[in-house]
Amino acid sequence: MDLNFFWFVILGVLLTGYAILDGFDLGVGIMHLFVKGDTERRILMNSIGPLWDGNEVWLVTFGGAMFAAFPHAYATAFSGFYLPFMLLLFALIFRAVSMEFRSKQEMRWWRQMWDVSFTAASTLATFLFGVAVGNVMIGLPIGADMEFQGTLLGLLGPFPLLVGAFAVATFAMHGTIYLYLKTEGDLQARIHRWMWSTFGIFLVLYIFVTMATLVLLPSAVTNFREIPWAWVVVVLNVLAIANIPRAIYLGKPGYAFISSGATIAALTFLFGFALFPNLIVSSLDPAWNMTIYTAASSQKTLSIMRWFALIGMPFVLSYTVAIYWIFRGKTRLGKFSY
Amino acid sequence: MDLDVLFLSRFQFALTIMFHYLFPPLSIGLGVIMAITEGMYLKTRNREYEVMARFWTKIFAVVFAMGVATGIVMEFQFGTNWATYSRYVGDVFGSPLAAEGIFAFFLESGFLAILVFGWDRVSPRVHFFSTVMVALGSMFSAVWIVVANSWMQTPTGFHIVGEGMSARAEITDFWAMVFNPSSVDRLVHTLIGSFILGAFFVMSITAWYILHGRHVKLAKQSFTIALVFGTIASLSALVSGHEQANTVSVTQPAKLAAFEGHFKSGPGDMYLFGFPDEEREIVRYGIAIPGGLSFLLHNDFSTPVTGLDQFAKEDRPPVGISFQFYHIMIALGMFFIGLTLLASFLRWRGTLFEKRWLMWVFVVAIIGPYIANQAGWIAAEVGRQPWIVYGLLRTSDALSKAVSAEEVLASIILFTIIYLFLLAVWLYVMNDKIKHGPDESALAAEGVPTGSLLDTMSTLADHGGPSLTEARDEKEGK
Repeated sequence: MDLNFFWFVILGVLLTGYAILDGFDLGVGIMHLFVKGDTERRILMNSIGPLWDGNEVWLVTFGGAMFAAFPHAYATAFSGFYLPFMLLLFALIFRAVSMEFRSKQEMRWWRQMWDVSFTAASTLATFLFGVAVGNVMIGLPIGADMEFQGTLLGLLGPFPLLVGAFAVATFAMHGTIYLYLKTEGDLQARIHRWMWSTFGIFLVLYIFVTMATLVLLPSAVTNFREIPWAWVVVVLNVLAIANIPRAIYLGKPGYAFISSGATIAALTFLFGFALFPNLIVSSLDPAWNMTIYTAASSQKTLSIMRWFALIGMPFVLSYTVAIYWIFRGKTRLGKFSY
Repeated sequence: MDLDVLFLSRFQFALTIMFHYLFPPLSIGLGVIMAITEGMYLKTRNREYEVMARFWTKIFAVVFAMGVATGIVMEFQFGTNWATYSRYVGDVFGSPLAAEGIFAFFLESGFLAILVFGWDRVSPRVHFFSTVMVALGSMFSAVWIVVANSWMQTPTGFHIVGEGMSARAEITDFWAMVFNPSSVDRLVHTLIGSFILGAFFVMSITAWYILHGRHVKLAKQSFTIALVFGTIASLSALVSGHEQANTVSVTQPAKLAAFEGHFKSGPGDMYLFGFPDEEREIVRYGIAIPGGLSFLLHNDFSTPVTGLDQFAKEDRPPVGISFQFYHIMIALGMFFIGLTLLASFLRWRGTLFEKRWLMWVFVVAIIGPYIANQAGWIAAEVGRQPWIVYGLLRTSDALSKAVSAEEVLASIILFTIIYLFLLAVWLYVMNDKIKHGPDESALAAEGVPTGSLLDTMSTLADHGGPSLTEARDEKEGK
């Protein structure tokens, strides 16, 4: 396989893994303030306690892999999104320490402060991911020198903001279904209602984003003419979305969670598919698009890194499976909880 | 000094890396002690070790979380603030960062979950295995990061492709890049520095318990483990530091000359202290061993050593900063050796824990390894200037072109506020955890003599130590 394409696929896999896994723990963070009472909030945080750190590593590895495989895209995107990325970093910092610090003190104001910071940081991080994806989809003002020439305000157009809101709705739904699996009793009954409301909001925004994409970005579907079988993914995506309410209704939350995970995977795939073979589209001149060939490292580096991926990925998958297996079942507070 | 993008970006990198580096070396050092303590429990089945292992794990979790939270900033910052650098070196420098993610972070984060949350979910053996994996994982992180940084100091295994603005380094030999001339020396020294920090951290906390007559038996056990570990590490630091100085004299002579304020080529003196004057190219108010530097490098007091005069002014590192931080690190290193040897001797004589003054020294001495670790890195990084990649790319040519000074200033202000706040919260939570102490209720419930109460009473009798109320509080597990 073409090494550049291989690395495009690996980045896609890392991004998908990140969106599915950190997606639900970001979603738990978004929903955190909706539950009241100390015990229930602790249950929420502890439902993701052993897992969120490993989930975030997918993002860190995505960043490292992008730096190594496509340094020009890494440099252009990260310096172009300077202030939004700084905000994202602050959000990720606050999310991590909120969980770590919250239950270490008894004071009401202390716990309230970290609860608010946890939800705000989770929501902001998710929103910024969506805004970044939206901007990458419509293209960035990139010059011939591969440098970003836009402004901060230029990054806050209506389409990116819509995708940001969509990201928040998607992860909120994904996280709520996850919580339903991890809770019991009265709390679970309330979460059951939230599954319906978060799904409703997700569905409305999904329709809006799909329409906006088709109207504003005709280029997003050009690859379908070359590779028609990709329509299968679109169909699967719609089926997965339809299966979420069906599974909730039939009382099979496990299937609903798998379906929301599949929905996220399909959306990430379609994002990558619309972009290919570009990594960053120049809104100024298509000749300045940064592709998986023009933005890449040398073949030598890509082939060394392929060995990293081939050796490392089985380990990564086995840790992930093992941890999820060890911490399966309902979340109960114990001596070692947050 | 202009508040331009160059100065601000360097300032931001220094701020964020120095704040980040409060945590990883402590994770590495404390991780080893945690693994030893838990290993002792598995071997002896003495529940006291288990209680301490659990206590260190709780502390470790808070340290580790801060390391994760502040570490993610570092990986993104190459792209945000140093885009030109990222384009120039990405082909070489990116792969160690990616390797760190794949081989170290996944390992650490997975087993950390078992370490912190899994005490009652897995068997003691699996738990011990997880502890060892977390400790190893944090060292694997150090491996890849030090490899990447060492390549910036002594680049090998690459060639330059393209010219002018589009020139960039491309890898030719991966293993030559990984084992560049300085990476092994620097990795060993970094790990040793972390071990010293971990040992002094444990000794500081346990000395405080001993002084206050709390958890005395457990504290003495942990103190002894940390003392043995710290003594070995402090002595090893001397050997590895010497090795490193030899390497630097060959690979980065300008850096070594700056460390020692060696302006004129010729036999080199070794300063105990002094104030280098870059204008007049002399060291003021210094006390030096004449020919000491030559002797250190060549076993001969008169062998010439390359001085700063061999380098054009614009290719010299800032001498004052390099000199002072290098000397602070060395002075502290000598202090660690003296202190740990003295304490080991007294421990062997059996009188160590009666020396209240020495216990107080250990309570405060934790500041030493913190300063030494930071100072060593400051010397290493400032000594590499004006290059970001030694001899290849100047720091001033490595910036992001799309980022303005105002943007960097804004992010610096935010980082400063947030980091000061987090530091305060972290210290508060740590202090609280330490005051709370290890949970000995499990020992008391099983009827295992905790020893701590007896010890407390003897301390009371001997030294008129803490009040009886405090001892009672402790028995109730407060």
